[in-house]
This record gives sequence, structure tokens and C-alpha cells, in this order.
Amino acid sequence: MIGNRVLFALAVAAVAAAAALPFLGFAPNRLLSGRPIPLSAALELPWGLAVLPGVWLLAAPFLRPGRGVLAATVAAAVLLASGLLALAGHHAAQLAALASPAARTSFGSGFWVLEAAALLAALDGVRRLGLAPAARIAVGAGAALLLAAPLLAGQLDQLSILKEYANRRDVFADAVVRHGVIVAAALVPTLLVGVPLGVLAQRRHAVGRVVFPVLNVVQTIPSIALFGLLLAPLSALAGAWPGLGISGVGLGPAVIALTLYSLLPIVRNVAAGLDGVPAPVRQAARGMGMTPRQVFLRVDVPLALPVFLSGLRITLVQAVGLAAVAALIGAGGLGAIMFQGLFANALDLVLLGAVPVILLAVAVDSALRLAVALLARSPA
Amino acid sequence: MRGGGLRLVFAALALAALVLGMPLLKPLFATLYPALERPFYEGDSFLALTADHLALVGVSSLAAVLAGVVAGILVTRPAGAEFRGVVEAVATMGQTFPPVAVLALAVPAMGFGPVPALIALTLYALLPVVENTVAGLEGVPDAVLESARGLGMRPAEILWRVELPLAAPVILAGVRTAVVINVGTAAIASTVGVKTLGLPIIIGLNGANQAYVIQGAAVVAALALVLDLGFERLTAALSRWRRV
Repeated sequence: MIGNRVLFALAVAAVAAAAALPFLGFAPNRLLSGRPIPLSAALELPWGLAVLPGVWLLAAPFLRPGRGVLAATVAAAVLLASGLLALAGHHAAQLAALASPAARTSFGSGFWVLEAAALLAALDGVRRLGLAPAARIAVGAGAALLLAAPLLAGQLDQLSILKEYANRRDVFADAVVRHGVIVAAALVPTLLVGVPLGVLAQRRHAVGRVVFPVLNVVQTIPSIALFGLLLAPLSALAGAWPGLGISGVGLGPAVIALTLYSLLPIVRNVAAGLDGVPAPVRQAARGMGMTPRQVFLRVDVPLALPVFLSGLRITLVQAVGLAAVAALIGAGGLGAIMFQGLFANALDLVLLGAVPVILLAVAVDSALRLAVALLARSPA
Repeated sequence: MRGGGLRLVFAALALAALVLGMPLLKPLFATLYPALERPFYEGDSFLALTADHLALVGVSSLAAVLAGVVAGILVTRPAGAEFRGVVEAVATMGQTFPPVAVLALAVPAMGFGPVPALIALTLYALLPVVENTVAGLEGVPDAVLESARGLGMRPAEILWRVELPLAAPVILAGVRTAVVINVGTAAIASTVGVKTLGLPIIIGLNGANQAYVIQGAAVVAALALVLDLGFERLTAALSRWRRV
């Protein structure tokens, strides 16, 4: 009877959320909590048609999941996810036309459940289709574009998070750049130290026996504690030599702490990547008359590259999150917007900081997964 | 192996000394920071903060382990196999979300206070537990399952007496990851209105009181290291037991 139980479960959750949870919240100003608005109140023509793909998703669980049905399900789920965004934006605009400029419309819990159910339905469909990694990423990029379309078209401008953005356009742009600068500034010393250390740890086991336990301990220490513990020695240093331009707070300590955290995945994966190069391949290369240097550059490096890139992915995703915590020691970035919102009880500001941090981490993760997938396809 | 046990004992003693003996260090901080009017955090005792911190980490991790292992078992049974792909994908993708951002999002979704923080920590801790439970159960060799079936064991028996014991080290590794992440996230939870060891750090950073920051940071760091060492010993004990 039920051909796709995952889709069925998601459809049940979505219907329940649409009926029982608020789709949007409407507040007279940004400090007050909102009054709930159900999905039914937002379903007016023509924008109410945006939920039409949902009808397919309610029927699809009962169909035999052939490739055509699955492809249609993926398309319908992405269209629904995008349509719900557009609908929320449209209703927010309608509410804004009748209210004071200080009024705020924000997403309600029902919206989030519906959006999550739609995206999970798409994810499940893509997995069942059994696409190759590159094709999967292409579908993901297409879906991301469709989801971004209402945002780029200005359809969402009357929603609270974008009103907050409009008020702080410059601050936000600076924060994104600053966030990237923190991550990039930590990456340079990480690679300069981490890659040679990884090569050394793989060749001399004595080095590995010292390096890995130390880096593991660093990785275990919570970020906020490491920032705190670096504060004292760095400000002492700043006090002793004011000319160095170091201080206990700001970009410097953030970059030092991020580098310490970033070393472990890089060193570990460089060593693991080199370990994974089969000995016969190295012997064959030497037998062909390659010098040790040539063996390293032409055999070891290309073969260890995918494992190194996954280390880089782990490092960068982790660094995006750590950079957000670094805002607590005055490093700036998106975390500064997020914590400012938390300290001032301004919830839209929290969203404006936290959502881009998540999107940035997911984007970095996808980009490096794509690189590894493409690398695996090309002949090594 | 003995060295590992000794390290744990020393680390635990150091943590206990730090938590209980912090007031004795008051003169030290007064000397180090003569400019500070209050060089010692006295808003709460470090014992109480540590207890609150451990309660938040403990409850969220326990809930995540229960829910995560059950979910992992369900999606590796024939009846739940259909859900495995989605669950795995969510676990992998969810772990790219920075924990601090997930914690912050709990506030617009559910408000300030311990309950939203608890839910955020539980959801985050679920991901490594589910991922490792699935990986651990999938890693049980087919030949082993075959012979268990050949011995006439029922599916429930196979799960309890063969699959879960064999998957235990991998599941434990997931729990360890979850707990270590939660210790750090719980510290940051002081910014969303929960009293944890992060409170002296946050108050110190906001009020330019370095002494508070160091006091909180030292205890949080020691706590994370002790818990991690504890899991290391547990893993070692488990592998010894498995070899018998």
C-alpha cells in the first residue's frame, strides 16, 4: 500500500505541523514576542499556489517509487521548499503594509518543520535515485539556486531577518569578510606547519608519538577555554613588549587558537594519506629511476591528495565554527552579530549571525567534497 | 595501559583540586591582577558551577545516547532499512553545522534558559551517536551473523549478544565525540542564560576581568580532559573485555 515509508512519515509530520504549529510570527516590534499566524491564514491566491507541489508529495508515498516518480518527488520537494519561502515573504509584505514600520514578521516553528520535511524528502529522493557524487552535487547546487531565488528577487525583504539585514548591511558585509579573514589567516600557519609536520610524523614514528597526543589534548580543550587560557600569556606578552602589536583580545589570539585546533586534522590526514600510498607503487617509481624528490612530488603527493583534502575540509568547517566563538574575545566576524543579539535579546540579530555561519560551513563542506569527488574521477 | 589509568587518576585529582581549592588561589589572583577590584569569581562556587555544567552535559548526552542508539538499531533492521539513507545523510550534514550556531538558533526557536540549551545539546550529540551506531552495527561481519543464526539465536538475541557487543567500541567512540563537544558547547551556553562553568568566562570577557576568565577556563579545560581520558580508559577496558 505504502510504496515509500520515508516520504509517508515526512508527509504526516508536515501535515501535522501545517495544522498545529504557527507558520509565521507577527510582533509589533522586535523586542516583543509575536502572535502566531497559521499556514491557513497565509494561503490566499495567487501566492497560495506555491504549496501546490505539496499535493504531489502527499500522493507520492502511495506510488511505486520508480525513477520517474522519484525525480518528480525531488523536483516537487525543492519547489515546495522554495515556494514556502516565497509565500512567507509575500504574507510578511502584506502584514507590513498594514502595520507600523517597527512591526516584525518572522518564521514560525511550523515553517521550519515544513521546510525541513520538504528538504528531507528531496534528500531521500536523491539518495534513492543513486546518482554519482558529481551529479548529486549538481542537483544540490540547482536546489540551492531555487531556494535562493525568492531571497535574490527581494520577495523576503519584509521578513524580520532581512529587515535586520537592511539595517546593518555594512556591518554584515564587514562581518562576513572578517569571518573569512580569520579562517584564512589561521589556514596559512596551519598549512606551513601542519604539512611538513605530517610528512615528518609519517616518516619518523618518534615524531608522531609526540605530536599526536599533544594535538589531541588541544583538540579536547573546549574553544572558549583555550581562548581564555591564551588571554593571560598573550596580554602579558603585550604588556612586556607593547611594540609587537599583540594583545590578549582581537584577531591575534583568535588566529593562534584556530591554528592550534586546525593542526590536528591536517597533520593526521597528511600522515594518513602518505601511509596509504602502496609500497609497491613507490618501489616501482624508484625502479623507473625517479629520485626520492621525484617520487615524493609525482607519486606520494597526487596519491595522498584526496585524504589531505578531507583533512582540509574538516579543518575549514571546524574553523568556520570556531571563528564564531572567537567573537567572544573580540575577533569580530559573524559571531559578533550573533552574540550581540544574544546579549541584547534581539532574536533577529541572532538569526542574522547564526544562519550565515551555518550556510558558510555547509558551503565550504560541499565545495571540498566536490573537489574530492572530481579528483577521484580524474586519472591519478 | 597502566600509564593511561594513572593519567586519568592524576587528571581527576587535578580537576578536584582546582574545583574545590580555587578559593585558596584567591591571594595568587590578587597578586597577579592588583588592578582588579575583584580578582576572584564569587558569584557562585566552582563546585556548584561544575555540578550544573555536568548536569547539562550528562542529561543531554544520556538522552542523545538513548535516542541515538535506538534510532541506529531501528534503521539497521530490515523493517527500518528504508530510513537509513536519510538518517545517515542528516547525521553527516548536521555535523557540519557549528555547535555554537545550533545553540544560538535554539534561542529564536525556543527562548533563553536551560531547556532550549538542553534540547540543542541533545540534538547535536545525537548526530555522532547515530552515525557511529549505524557504522558499528554495519561493521559486524556477515559471517558472524550467519553463524549466530545457525546456532538458532533469535534476532533479538543476535542484537543483544552479538551485534551490540561487537559494535560497542564504535558506538562508544561516537559517545566520546558527543560528550567532548557538549562540554565545550555547555560552556558557551552561559550566553543563552544557563549557569555553567562558562559563566565566569563570559562575565570576565564582558567586564575585562582576566582573572575570572582564567578561573573558568582552567576548570572547563580540566573537565574536558578528564572526561576524554575517562572515555579512553573505558575504550581500553572494553577492548580487553572483548578479547577474553
